[in-house]
Amino acid sequence: MLAPSPKKVLLDPILNNNPITFQVLGVCSSLAVTTQLSTALVMCIAVTLVTAFSSAAVAALRNYIPSSIRMIVQMVVIASLVIVVDQILKAYFFQISKTMSVFVGLIITNCIVMGRAEGFAMKNTAWMSFLDGIGNGIGYSAVLILVAFVRELFGSGSLFGFPILAKVTDGGWYTPNGLLLLSPSAFFLIGILIWIVRTFKPEQIEEA
Amino acid sequence: MRPEQRDSMTNTFVVTLVLCIVCSLLVSTAAVALKDVQGKNKLLDRQRNIVEAAGLGSKSGVLNAKQITDMFTDGTIEPRVVDLQSGEYVEDKAIANPAFDERKAAKDEKMNTTINAGKFGIGIGKREKYTWVYLVKDKQGKLEQVVLPIYGKGLWSTMYGFVALKGDLRTINGLTYYEHGETPGLGGEVENLKWKKQWQGKNVWKGEPTDATLAVGVAKGSPTPENLPYMVDGLSGATITSRGVDSMIKYWFSSDAFGPYLEKLASQKGATHVSPIP
Repeated sequence: MLAPSPKKVLLDPILNNNPITFQVLGVCSSLAVTTQLSTALVMCIAVTLVTAFSSAAVAALRNYIPSSIRMIVQMVVIASLVIVVDQILKAYFFQISKTMSVFVGLIITNCIVMGRAEGFAMKNTAWMSFLDGIGNGIGYSAVLILVAFVRELFGSGSLFGFPILAKVTDGGWYTPNGLLLLSPSAFFLIGILIWIVRTFKPEQIEEA
Repeated sequence: MRPEQRDSMTNTFVVTLVLCIVCSLLVSTAAVALKDVQGKNKLLDRQRNIVEAAGLGSKSGVLNAKQITDMFTDGTIEPRVVDLQSGEYVEDKAIANPAFDERKAAKDEKMNTTINAGKFGIGIGKREKYTWVYLVKDKQGKLEQVVLPIYGKGLWSTMYGFVALKGDLRTINGLTYYEHGETPGLGGEVENLKWKKQWQGKNVWKGEPTDATLAVGVAKGSPTPENLPYMVDGLSGATITSRGVDSMIKYWFSSDAFGPYLEKLASQKGATHVSPIP
């Protein structure tokens, strides 16, 4: 197997091999935390860090991990890191961790983290896996931020909590689109996004 | 390491053992090291909401952490534990200490009591026997407001909040929810500032102080003119959340909850009398 270059590993997952639009992983969490940009941003940072460090840790251990328990080992590493992240959020970003509630814990079940550990880190060096984790985290973040931007702007008339479109309930003119605050709207947005990406990159289209 | 060596029984056990120890150390270190900061955050969040319900410092905008903790140390806000049934303050330090947590108490068989559902329920079977109240005083130590913790079921979640009563113990000064899981944009509008503002100045009881009925609540749609002094608008698209808020506020002011305490407090003041008949 050809060793991929660090640059390719880092940048490929952003558009060409995006975890959400191409690999279609981690969609669940992108529905839950994208009603507000601030929660989406924190989720992105958390997922990026967890993916990077868990991939690095799994890659460093890859020659010692017995194949019979390899998934459990990956899970334990990921779960421990997520708990640490959750504790840090509770200590330093209390308000945000309150609105994210259980979704921080659910990073453990985010397929991107496990997918990268199993799919990439088990075969590559710690440093490359770390870059791969960061790259996939950024790819995930790009989609999340985009979805959250649309949902918060048109669903609540604000960005990062600052009012942009004056809502009718606050005496303005804008009637918020309630659908965007509900989870299905994230499905529509991600669907549209995948459509756009695959229009410009037809090689990503899977055979029917 | 060669594959057959790596997959051996001994190595499997060694890897499992080492991994478990390392990971548990990592997790417990993080938990222990950050416990103090987290505790402080939790307390500050609660205090901030009490201050907000009482409408203190709204002129100067958002208060910083120090301004809030100062209010609790300089005597502006005095936390007390109340026995809901008798309406007396609890002096027993085993209960009335800063570590008392009314949410834990509500789940503790020794510290809780069955809710006499009667007319108004909060969707929950049991509540704590004792709870915190927060007395807001002016510089001379005169009672200006009393902030009471309230909670009850909405559509999806238990909503936790505070309601502040003015010194006459009849008029609401503010209401705020600090924790809930209602639908954003619908039931979640309990956090809407405009809606919360409607509570200001609403009377809890209707009629003469000696013969009052509980009238505060949430209307279906907008309140009729005769109900306007007591009721606020319902939240559109959130009937069940509105109903939850309505019955929770009625419940906590009823004789089954804060009624006896408010009556005691009023008789101590001598001036206004509150009749907590539901």
